[in-house]
Amino acid sequence: MKLKTQLFGKTYEFKSVKEVLAKANEEKSGDKLAGIAAVDASERVAAKVVLADLTVGDLRNHPVVPYESDEVTRVIQDGVNEEQYKKIESMSMGDFREFLLDSDAKEIEGVRDGLTAEVIAGAAKLMSNMDLVVASKKLIVPATCNTTIGLPGTLAARLQPNHPTDSVEGVMASVYEGIAYANGDALIGLNPAIDTVENTDRILKTFREFMDKWEIPSQNCVLSHVTTQMEALKQGSPMDLMFQSIAGSEISNSSFGISTALIDEAYELMKEKKSSAGPNFMYFETGQGSELSSDGHNDADQLVMEARCYGFAKRYHPYCVNTVVGFIGPEYLYDGAQVIRAGLEDHFMGKLTGIPMGCDVCYTNHMKASQNDLENLAMIIAEAGVNYVMGVPAGDDIMLMYQSSGYHDVAAMREVTGKRPMAEFEKRMEELGIMENGKLTKLAGDPSIFA
Amino acid sequence: MEQEMVRDISALDLSTYVAVDDPKDKTACEVIKKKTAARVCVGKAGSRLKTESYLRFRADHAIAQDAVWSYVDESVVDELGFMKVQTLCKDKDEYITRPDLGRKFSEETLEKIKEACPHHVDVQIIAGDGLSSPAITVNLPDIYPMLEDGLKAKGYTLGSPIFVKYARVATMDQISEALDAKVTIILIGERPGLATGESMSAYMAYESSTKKNESQRTVVSNIHKKGMPPVEAGAQIVELVGKMMEAKASGIDLHL
Repeated sequence: MKLKTQLFGKTYEFKSVKEVLAKANEEKSGDKLAGIAAVDASERVAAKVVLADLTVGDLRNHPVVPYESDEVTRVIQDGVNEEQYKKIESMSMGDFREFLLDSDAKEIEGVRDGLTAEVIAGAAKLMSNMDLVVASKKLIVPATCNTTIGLPGTLAARLQPNHPTDSVEGVMASVYEGIAYANGDALIGLNPAIDTVENTDRILKTFREFMDKWEIPSQNCVLSHVTTQMEALKQGSPMDLMFQSIAGSEISNSSFGISTALIDEAYELMKEKKSSAGPNFMYFETGQGSELSSDGHNDADQLVMEARCYGFAKRYHPYCVNTVVGFIGPEYLYDGAQVIRAGLEDHFMGKLTGIPMGCDVCYTNHMKASQNDLENLAMIIAEAGVNYVMGVPAGDDIMLMYQSSGYHDVAAMREVTGKRPMAEFEKRMEELGIMENGKLTKLAGDPSIFA
Repeated sequence: MEQEMVRDISALDLSTYVAVDDPKDKTACEVIKKKTAARVCVGKAGSRLKTESYLRFRADHAIAQDAVWSYVDESVVDELGFMKVQTLCKDKDEYITRPDLGRKFSEETLEKIKEACPHHVDVQIIAGDGLSSPAITVNLPDIYPMLEDGLKAKGYTLGSPIFVKYARVATMDQISEALDAKVTIILIGERPGLATGESMSAYMAYESSTKKNESQRTVVSNIHKKGMPPVEAGAQIVELVGKMMEAKASGIDLHL
């Protein structure tokens, strides 16, 4: 294993694979905050050069957190398909990048289960933004709950009707508006302000009744803590999808109040009691930087930690996973350029892991990011083939206090890329007079249709 | 030449504004608007926002951005008699990206504080810019005199007020330790939301310490003229300080 190179006469030497990975990362404020980023642009490139010369096997054999001390590492390593891994074990990372760009979907799928998070993150670090789009676009990862997400030619949306006090009427006002813009085919999912069993049950039932009454083919979800949802499920709540935020290390998962054993239990409980058809019924959210913010990054960079989230998620055959890319703040992703980069990386890494990946295209008010940055990422990631994005009223989430893609943005992303909602949902939108030939009608955008 | 003014779009009350063209049921739209502050019934131009909704969104975001990247008007803190110090952050950019540096002072700064301010007081008041400078510029002149009068009337001794530039909440711990104050209060600008750039929080702790975690703090938030008015917040803070002094506790240890 060579960890040393020269660029323009200057020597660069790295101590470990973990350091090479960190320094090869594109610039992120979170890696600087962690004190592990490349000191300058030249060192960053030198690390990429060294990374390109390492083999897939080198990266698999040097996980950023040891197998013995971290259950996320164990979940990923134990899940590797050894036969697929052998096909690429001795390939250099530079050659692996070219393999991903040069091969068709079938060839990539033939090795996908042989990859660990470090290999996937390593490939992302050797790719430009357009490389990430080209590679992602080939990776089709559908999943089925009541309906099927991620089929070619579709772009779905999670309707996110958040309200600061979870007022049912307030939440439903945003649901009416969202459906009127053909948002909500991925799911109708609320981030609750009040994390209780009663509230979770109340909102799940409200969504279920609305979906039944208006024959909306979708899935319901309330994104309370998994333990709250488990209790609601035991008491008989109609639950199509079960949600949890996850991280890329055992320490950080524990700060979220979860473990492999707990999610295993939640998964089995859902299998038994869920109200949806399946076979996919779990929903996870992630985001670069959450490990550092909970002191669980183990001195690894935020990209590789993010890839580990996807490896963990894969164990549960999720219906959907999305990075909440711009929510964490400027100390992790400083500006529009860093958020756009991270969104494209996360989508690529999720799809290469083999999970049905979406993206919460978003930013906070203390980042150097604008509405135009959000729209740029929305358009690029739609072109990259993202399974779904969020839909919030005019892009303003009044509960989480950040900006995400709006109902209008979802419609425009479909218009610009020619993508359609999930088929059953589009058919129902046509029946309701909201869509015609893949576009919103004059009647669309009127929430009083459902009042 | 006298010019007529373009209508102030920020003056429009969004909570009742229905912009959907020919809705099926206009009254129903008006009812929907009453149920949420979310931007619903905004209508559309093709698949995009109408001009007014778009510009209003931009105006609301502009207020938030300017709040983060602007500076507290120092004449305001001077007039109120605050001593001015700075954390380890050298500029706004570093403040935004390095929360660790925004929690600490240099040894020299700590020495300066120790020399200039009285020790062992009952209540030490701090103001910090945080993520919104206008929150301090606008609210401090209303709230500080109220706190001063209210706390003195209760018989508490007050320290010299300190203004911290590039401040995170945890600066209060270092100042409390340096001066050995009983209750420390930091008034600090909150991360702005759309259209709310002037919101301030008050974090309070009994024997505030770098060795304790965030749960040591009691907080009053959303202090601004459209949220909790500064005068009302001032009265609440005075009352809370009384309870902390009695219970010798704060945060989760203070049972209200």
